[in-house]
Amino acid sequence: MSASPSYGPRPWTFYVLAALFTLFVIFLYGPMIAVLILSFQGPTASLVFPLREPSLMWFDELFNPRRTGDVVGAFNRSLPLALGVMLLTVLISVTAGFAFRRRFKGATAIFYTAIASLIVPGLVLSIGILVTFRYLGWSATWYTSGLGAHLSWALPFGLLIMFAVLGRLSPSYEEAAYDLGASRWQTVKEVVVPIVFPGMIAVALFGFTLSYDEFPRSWLTVGSKNTLPLEIWTMTTNVTSPALYALGTVTTIVSFLVIAIALSSIILIQRKRSRGK
Amino acid sequence: MTPAPTAKSSMLPTYLQVAPLTVVLLLFFIVPVALVVVVSFFRYQMLVGIVPDLTVKNYVDLLSNPTTWTLYRSTLKFTLIVLAITFVLGFWIAYFLVFHVRNLLTAIGLFLVCTVPFWTSNIIRMISWRPVLGKEGLINSALLKTGAIDQPLDWLLYSDFSVVVAYVHLFTLFMIVPIFNSMARIDRSLLEAAVDAGASRWGVIWNVVLPLSKTGIALGALFVVTLVMGDFFVVTVMSGGLSGSATSGIFNDLQFLNYPRAAANAVILLIIVLMIAAAIFRLVDVRKELVR
Repeated sequence: MSASPSYGPRPWTFYVLAALFTLFVIFLYGPMIAVLILSFQGPTASLVFPLREPSLMWFDELFNPRRTGDVVGAFNRSLPLALGVMLLTVLISVTAGFAFRRRFKGATAIFYTAIASLIVPGLVLSIGILVTFRYLGWSATWYTSGLGAHLSWALPFGLLIMFAVLGRLSPSYEEAAYDLGASRWQTVKEVVVPIVFPGMIAVALFGFTLSYDEFPRSWLTVGSKNTLPLEIWTMTTNVTSPALYALGTVTTIVSFLVIAIALSSIILIQRKRSRGK
Repeated sequence: MTPAPTAKSSMLPTYLQVAPLTVVLLLFFIVPVALVVVVSFFRYQMLVGIVPDLTVKNYVDLLSNPTTWTLYRSTLKFTLIVLAITFVLGFWIAYFLVFHVRNLLTAIGLFLVCTVPFWTSNIIRMISWRPVLGKEGLINSALLKTGAIDQPLDWLLYSDFSVVVAYVHLFTLFMIVPIFNSMARIDRSLLEAAVDAGASRWGVIWNVVLPLSKTGIALGALFVVTLVMGDFFVVTVMSGGLSGSATSGIFNDLQFLNYPRAAANAVILLIIVLMIAAAIFRLVDVRKELVR
């Protein structure tokens, strides 16, 4: 018996763990699917199964801000904020990732500060940023303090991913390119970028989704106008209709679109590269 | 780390490359946290707000208040329960994906299936337990229909049980990913060598796989502990307001605009979280392992 045979009959643990894995996937996706189905609930406005007279009325309700609050406005702030965080996270963590390939004074301090920024409770940071802005006499808005609060959470993730990616980029590749007569620009374009690019997309995915779904760090820092997670939070206490589920379905669809774009572009790049252009 | 090819040249470009990160961390992490510490020593006055006298009154108030201790005990309880469950789930799921799934593409596909929910809204994922666990929810109606129970179970939702379910649902991924990452780097020939040397299946897991996954386990534990300790919205929504956490104490103070006491509470929480993190970093040199 081998611990990980790549041939022969499967050990009994395979079936036990496969069952555990299946149950875990059901546990992960089951409730999301329940919400997806219930968002098509009919006008009887029941929050539980069964689904009666399926309709789209709760989606209609959502975009009609009479009763459910300013969902459209919140989305119009959350989307540009998430795109901004995504762009800045990619730019800043990629450049910082390259800096960390060399030894420099303060590298360890900066690294541990980034880790600390990752693990500090979001609400603590939220208070801190609000107080900082108050002392500076600036007003908290989603595109200033909100953006910064999200960056303090997305950047460490980006940095960790860049560490993993750049760990695979051996300096000898670049040396080889130079030795073969490539210019600096050619080396970056033909050697560095192809290796780093899929990692950059992963960083972008993290930047976007961490910002788009962030609640505790947004709570005090986005100012008087809510972003989407804050709007959903308000709805959980005020709205007792399937409109809440409809909103859940819509945001989940947006998230899935973003994930699909990111993953398919990684696959496309890999395929293009393996064909050797 | 590996030195870059132009090791002799000036360090200026390196500092320029790391400057934006440093500026963001300084402005949106170091300064805010430092100010929280400062404000925690200020006095709060009704209607006036923050008065800059140096006082330890906020800390004395908090530490002598039994509610604080109740909240911290409750947070600690949830943290330990969730840590234990997510560790067991995370370890075995990662083990399954790395050592039992033979096809690499299948393993990556199944791994993605586990990670996709991470990129969707936490609040929505949490709320989605309502129609499942509620009094008229899926589980209760199924159990009623099969005749297993004749009264709906009311401890399924708005209880400690539903809080733990939501935490496990949201945070198990933070265990799976780092443990998966550690296990994927284990050289398969080590396992074969252990088997050849006469190790049993459990012997291999206990003496080879577990020690070599400890970086992943440490990172996962770090994430889960800090996420549960920093949470207030899961515990508030899923317990129906019956349970609280250390952070929900901060949340309450903030709603009364008592910033100094909220800040003092935040400092206490921060110290506890950083102490746990330091303990974990003492056990494993996470940075060395990350850049390996």
